[in-house]
Formats: sequence, C-alpha cells, structure tokens
Amino acid sequence: MANSNLSIITKGLLKENPTFVLLLGMCPTLATTTSALNGLQMGLATMFVLILSNIAISLIAPVVPDKVHIPVYIVVIATFVTVLQLFMQAYTPAVYRTLGLFIPLIVVNCIILGRAEAFAGRNNWWKSALDGLGMGLGFTMSLTTIGIIREILGNGSIFGWKFITGDGILAFVMAPGAFLVLGYLMVLFNKIAKK
Amino acid sequence: MEYFLIIISAIFVNNIVLAQFLGICPFLGVSSKISTAAGMSIAVCFVITLATVVTYLLNQYLLVPFGLDFLQTIAFILVIAALVQIVEIVLKKVSPSLYKALGIYLPLITTNCAVLGVAITVVSKEFTFGTSAPHMLNLAESTVYALATSLGYGLAMILFSGIREHLALNDVPKPFRGLPIALITVGIMAMAFLGFSGMV
Repeated sequence: MANSNLSIITKGLLKENPTFVLLLGMCPTLATTTSALNGLQMGLATMFVLILSNIAISLIAPVVPDKVHIPVYIVVIATFVTVLQLFMQAYTPAVYRTLGLFIPLIVVNCIILGRAEAFAGRNNWWKSALDGLGMGLGFTMSLTTIGIIREILGNGSIFGWKFITGDGILAFVMAPGAFLVLGYLMVLFNKIAKK
Repeated sequence: MEYFLIIISAIFVNNIVLAQFLGICPFLGVSSKISTAAGMSIAVCFVITLATVVTYLLNQYLLVPFGLDFLQTIAFILVIAALVQIVEIVLKKVSPSLYKALGIYLPLITTNCAVLGVAITVVSKEFTFGTSAPHMLNLAESTVYALATSLGYGLAMILFSGIREHLALNDVPKPFRGLPIALITVGIMAMAFLGFSGMV
C-alpha cells in the first residue's frame, strides 16, 4: 500500500512529468520562468490549486451528472484560483504582482483540468491529493529548472545570488530564451529517456 | 493616432504568442498545416473580440458597481465557456458552411488561455501608447485591442505553420523531432519579433 502511494507521487516527477512528457501547461512554463525564484513560486501556486481541486473533485465526482461534469470542474478550479488570488494579494503582494496575469490563468492550465478528468474523477480523495502533490512537484521542478537555466544565462545569477559582474545574455530573460531553453531541455529529455 | 498605436503594439510589439506567451497549446497543436492554422486563427479572432466586449461590459456594469471584482476569474471563465457554446449554436443555424469550416476549432477555444488572458488584461492593466498618460482602456479601445491582438495571433500562427510545412520535409536529427524543433523555431521567430520592440 505504502509502495503504491509512493509511486503515485513519483510518477509525476519523471515518468509522467507534466512539462516534458505530457506537454501540458506550456503558457506559464514559458512566461513565468524568467528567474529560478519566479519559476518556483509559479510552480507552488499551481500545486496549491492542483491539490485542493483534486481533493474537492474526487469528493464531488460521484454525484455530478456526467453531462455537466466539465463546467462543474471548471467552477471548482476557478474557486480555488480565486482563493489563491485573494490569499496572495493579502500575504505576498510582491509575488502576486510579478506573476500577474498568470495567477488567474491557472484556471485554464490544462494540467489541472487534465488531472481532474484523468485521475481525481475516478479515485478516492487521498490518492487524488497524492496525485496532485506528485504532479505539482513535477511541474514545480520543471519550472524551477528552466528558471535556473534562464537566470544563469540571462542574468548571471542563481536565485538572485549574482556570480558574475555585469549583464548576462539578455535574450534568455526575454521571450526567445524561454522557447529556446525549453526546446533544448526537451531534446535532452528525449535523448536521456531513450537510453 | 492612438488606435493606430494600439494596433501596431498589439500585433507586432507585444505579439500575444511571441512576447506574451498566451495561447501556446493551440499554437503548437494545430499549426502543422497552413489551412488548419488559418481556420483556428479566424475562430480565435471571432471569440477573443466577442469575449472581450462581453466581459468588459460585465465587469464595468455588474461586477465593479456591486463590489464583486473578486469574482472576476470565475465570472469571466463561465462567460467565455457559455459564449463559445452560443457562438457554436448560432453559427450552426446561420452559416452552416462557416460552422463546418470552424467546427472542430470552436470547442477547443474555451481552454485557450489567450481568450481569458486578453479579457483580464483589458480590465486590469493600465496602458500607455505613445505620449499618452497611462490609463485604463475604454470600450472602443478594448475592442480594437482585442481585435488587433487576435490578428497578431493569426499572423504568428500562419507564419509559423508556413515554416513548419517546410520543416516537415527536412531531415531533422531524431531527438529534435516534433515539439523540440518547433519550440526552437518559435524561439528564433520571437527573436525576429524583438526587432519591433521600442517602436511604440
């Protein structure tokens, strides 16, 4: 039993990594990874919504009629996103400003609706919570990795700690760098996964 | 003059895909052929403009006066989902040929974050164009902004699908095949679009 619980968590990290394997949630992945810290914060924010919506959906799934289940799921997700928004506005306004638009946009992040549909709708609340945790950790890990690489190349620092003087390659903090770093990381992932 | 600046800024300088990272999933998903990319672009254009007008009015005349702005996210996503459904039903009745052309793309648009993204942006962000002071957009400006943004989406999408059609004929190294080479291509396109920055 303990073993299967663990495997629910670990599958989100590598085998079914939402970013590199399932290719879900590309927009926040590209937009919020300008630095390692931003990537980490976005990942944690998404994980918060993912765990709570997974639990809520697994509890209400048996009583929701099949025809309207998608709209119901979206309302549940939007509710938790609103909770997160209000929470962040109150306690971490600086983070809320940096991530900006991408906090409300968690509603349309395909990872969350995807997990609700594929996992939480047909499993009990405890397993769904673990699934949310695993997927959330996988997403956070990918975002932080991309953020670290972009920050090193673009700004010459890690988590704000600067190790070179002057500027880095600015393009990596800007839009093109996001696409290039994600593209090359996927190449690396494909190469390693094939062996 | 200001409308002109809004249009240039939304299409080129702040291109929704290449600079703002919105609507990436359908951008990568349905861009392997020019014809499907064009179909998707028209559908997105239609829905973004309509959704922005409706959510703007909803926000201005219902949510703000009653102090319900915290319901923005929930209200907007419901309005967009309902709107897509209504557009689908109306098109089916009024213009079956257009419905057939857009058919498969319409339901996909609900989950396109570009729609919700533009709707939230126009009601929450202050804009500066040229020498004007930062201000919130009014209804006409919002509509122009939404239309221009979705034209920018179409432009990026059609350009990209043209490149991808050529890419399909080339011998790409194995680990690069599929999404990685597509992302690197978009990266280079985004670099080209950086050339527009500073224009407005």
